[in-house]
Amino acid sequence: MSTVLSQVEVPAGVSLPIYMDNHATSPLDPRVLEAMMPYFTTKFGNAASRNHSFGWEAEQAVEAAREQIAKLIGATAKEIIFTSGATESNNLAIKGIAEMYRERGNHIITQVTEHKAVLDTCKRLEKYGYRVTYLPVKADGLIELEDLKRAIDDKTILVTIMAANNEIGVLQPIREIGKLCHEKGVLFHTDAVQAVGKVPVNVMADSIDVLSLSGHKIYGPKGVGALYVRRRNPRVQIAAQIDGGGHERGMRSGTLNVPGIVGLGKAAEIALAEMENEAAYLRGLRDGLKSKLESSLDYIHVNGSMEHRLPGNLNMSFVYVEGESLLMGINDVAVSSGSACTSATLEPSYVLKALGLGDDVAHSSIRFGLGRFNTQAEVDYVAAKVIDIVQKLRELSPLYEMVKEGIDLTKIEWQAH
Amino acid sequence: MAYSDRVIDHYNNPRNVGTLDKSSGDVGTGLVGAPECGDVMRLQIRVNPETQVIEEAKFKTFGCGSAIASSSLATEWIKGRKVEEALTIKNTDIVKELSLPPVKIHCSVLAEDAIRAAIGDWKKKNGVAEAAPAAVQAAQ
Repeated sequence: MSTVLSQVEVPAGVSLPIYMDNHATSPLDPRVLEAMMPYFTTKFGNAASRNHSFGWEAEQAVEAAREQIAKLIGATAKEIIFTSGATESNNLAIKGIAEMYRERGNHIITQVTEHKAVLDTCKRLEKYGYRVTYLPVKADGLIELEDLKRAIDDKTILVTIMAANNEIGVLQPIREIGKLCHEKGVLFHTDAVQAVGKVPVNVMADSIDVLSLSGHKIYGPKGVGALYVRRRNPRVQIAAQIDGGGHERGMRSGTLNVPGIVGLGKAAEIALAEMENEAAYLRGLRDGLKSKLESSLDYIHVNGSMEHRLPGNLNMSFVYVEGESLLMGINDVAVSSGSACTSATLEPSYVLKALGLGDDVAHSSIRFGLGRFNTQAEVDYVAAKVIDIVQKLRELSPLYEMVKEGIDLTKIEWQAH
Repeated sequence: MAYSDRVIDHYNNPRNVGTLDKSSGDVGTGLVGAPECGDVMRLQIRVNPETQVIEEAKFKTFGCGSAIASSSLATEWIKGRKVEEALTIKNTDIVKELSLPPVKIHCSVLAEDAIRAAIGDWKKKNGVAEAAPAAVQAAQ
């Protein structure tokens, strides 16, 4: 009887399951938790309480976190607005700018592989009479700067392009984009959720006007994020989307999530201090994983640019093996797939399709998201396991057999269903 | 999504994986699905010309765990049955046996299609007329 059950041995020091999906979320760094703890218990004050020490204590903690975050991205503390996370930050940035600058123009430029928090926000604005240009990406996942230059017209108020993609880890040329936007007098927002703390992002050097970031992608807590809003050259104005007590300079009302903010600040501080070493470490793990897979398996390829890429990201297609069945075989390893079968819509990843990949290749993709707490032993185990399961599933794959026999799969009349 | 124990069992220990010689006169081959849709099943049968019994059934499937399990189960069920008997297997039987969730029903449909395609190919090769559709039979 054939079997897909894996016999790969678990190395000493590796405990299962292994978490390798750090683009989805990252574990909380114990140092972050330690910093947060007092703000759940003894230091529970409302940062907006101005008339007693409980409030002052909370406010002080919030202002310290503002400094820590500002420092990570080259901003000043007053330019940081706290939110509930990056989805809110993206909504606030795009809707808030669209509303505030409506008289100047109604045109927004974005690109096709943005996160849904950006794409769906733009789609909603289209319903309200805004015009949105969705730039294409090249096969490597990067936008063409010339396309952006051509798309900007006298009605353009905002360009929103992500710093790093959440699926393929591709880094957009944000410095060049920022420079171009400033030359043209157009505001530049970047969803930097995946990039901040992983690669250098500097709002001054990169000419960024508005930037979204999140706590739980940088080993901080969930439910807290921030929006950088430039105060000088130019001074960016944003219409609040949540009204109330006028917190956060009137841009985002609501009692501040003090423990979350303290955690985000601590996470930012650690990220800044350790970014360089961590990036080199993750790049080493990632490249090792890639070369191990490539040396044992045929018909596999990397999706997106290897050169312009987050250090911890590897997105690969294992052609002739369906992604969900692969995930099922490596069920003691947490990764994700661009396969339709893993999504509610039964559509394969729109990001991979935007690169020009066929649906069949998109169905075969796996995203490895390496993070701070992954080890070499874990990577070795994951590589061995993936190789084992891919080989077994290919013994089960009629497509692999046909290709090995020299049959051109594109010449077959498949019956789509 | 959580898989049923039956799906996991078939995925971990697929029955009847393999390839039969498709040029052989007593072998019928069904190839259904499409790579773009994320599942392709190939189901093959070897039929005893005297008894019309499916003596061997083999499959290979590119697809999710439910697709692999559906085709594995299909080979298990048709093996040892007469051709006409095998045609009575419905996708809903597979859904029930594997406890497939609604989103995976298309996997069972594909498995039923694969059985029909393999038997159809064998009939064509051996000059066996297709059974008349049920409605026609009822009218006769």
